[in-house]
Amino acid sequence: MSDTEDMDEGAVAIETATLPLDAWHRAKGARMVEFAGYWMPIQYEGIMAEHLWTRENAGLFDVSHMGQLNLSGDGVVEALEALVPGDIAGLKPGRMRYSLLLAEDGGILDDLMITNEGDRFGIVVNGAVKWDDIAHLREHLPDQITLNHLDEQGLLALQGPKAAEALTTLVPAAADLVFMQFVRATWQGHEIGLSRSGYTGEDGFEISLPHAALPAFADALCAMEAVKPIGLGARDSLRLEAGLPLYGHDLDPAIDPVEGDLGFAISKRRREEGGFPGAARILGHLADGAPRKRVGLSVDGKMPVREGAKIFDGEEEVGVITSGGFAPSVGAPIAMGYVPTGLSEVGTALAAEVRGKRVAVTVASTPFVPHKYVRKTGA
Amino acid sequence: MPRFYTEEHEWVEVDGEIATVGITDFAQGQLGDIVFVEVPDTGVELTKGGDAAVVESVKAASDIYAPVDGTVTEGNSALEEDPALANSDPEGEGWFFRMTLSDKAQLDGLMDSKGYKAYCDAL
Repeated sequence: MSDTEDMDEGAVAIETATLPLDAWHRAKGARMVEFAGYWMPIQYEGIMAEHLWTRENAGLFDVSHMGQLNLSGDGVVEALEALVPGDIAGLKPGRMRYSLLLAEDGGILDDLMITNEGDRFGIVVNGAVKWDDIAHLREHLPDQITLNHLDEQGLLALQGPKAAEALTTLVPAAADLVFMQFVRATWQGHEIGLSRSGYTGEDGFEISLPHAALPAFADALCAMEAVKPIGLGARDSLRLEAGLPLYGHDLDPAIDPVEGDLGFAISKRRREEGGFPGAARILGHLADGAPRKRVGLSVDGKMPVREGAKIFDGEEEVGVITSGGFAPSVGAPIAMGYVPTGLSEVGTALAAEVRGKRVAVTVASTPFVPHKYVRKTGA
Repeated sequence: MPRFYTEEHEWVEVDGEIATVGITDFAQGQLGDIVFVEVPDTGVELTKGGDAAVVESVKAASDIYAPVDGTVTEGNSALEEDPALANSDPEGEGWFFRMTLSDKAQLDGLMDSKGYKAYCDAL
């Protein structure tokens, strides 16, 4: 038996860091793996069970490896709009938005969440590229903008249909939020940042809190019948079913937002005004179509089709799988990948190559499992 | 019937000229939820240490190696219908394939159950 997804042998050895909840995860029986430079829990009782638990109850994820930054200072809105294609000026206090950090040519350097926290903008970036993001921001932001890296804050995500009820018992303010809203609250004297967001397709919350408060907060949540700790493995299968791209896999600097099927992240005003990196390429792709596009794929049979598998249209190699695996809630393998835009219509029959064999795949509408975001209070 | 174990966590049970091969309980525990098993076709010639089968968990694909030289006589078709058998009964109904033995002396290089247990305990 040997895992075929070997570590890159050419990678520079950097000491793997531990998360503030490392001991907590191990005490809960987590199997720890190296990811994004950290020891992280991949699973507790098993990916399948944890995935289904999250879809039916509430799963607690430790996403403290992600970078929490904030920006403040005169002209911060303009400075941010020079680097991302979202309408930051139109983002009201207490609201957040999915956006993209763009390279000069319009390639995606990272996907991130930007929150108007009133006196500053909070940004959550991917763990694997957070140091690159910080360097990019420092290089490109004007001197009067202050960039803080909140490396003493942890980040938890509570996701699933019972997340709201569970979290509200600890932090009543959670009940007042709808999808993509943010509020500052306190828990046992600790200031916490609370947003109704996540990356599983479920209703849920992300909670930023000081390292010192993390174990007690995680314990308080997991003391509830509805809440279990969930590992990275299920986080990946949940986001794949939700049709959400994973940076470094489905998105990278060679891909622009239109190719990545993230046109929604280019706000209406910005489409009209431009002024973001790579605007000429991106607006051209919006107007005329991009040469290729990220699509969801349903997979015939039971054999998973994974990242790196080539996609064929007849005998012609036309694309590549960027994420793939077994989807516990669908009960079948699913995948995401890039195909020429002309082959991106839902229902297009293609094939993927796995270990020299062709597997039939079909372009599918995403999400594979409907999103359950709570968009209106009381809904 | 004697049962042997490899350092790659396969087991081999020998009955006369035929060996049955599967993965150990330790291996299935490491792999997690098994969602697909690709067993070799009948007639395929296997070489000790060479690729023989593939087992896919939710997360990743792993190769299963041939524990000895020989020719496949049967793949376990039950795994096609129910890959989770490899989790629930890895050392019984969840066997992967059967093969002939070209060189019985190769079995001498494998561990017995006591040796394998000690090997796992040390991991």
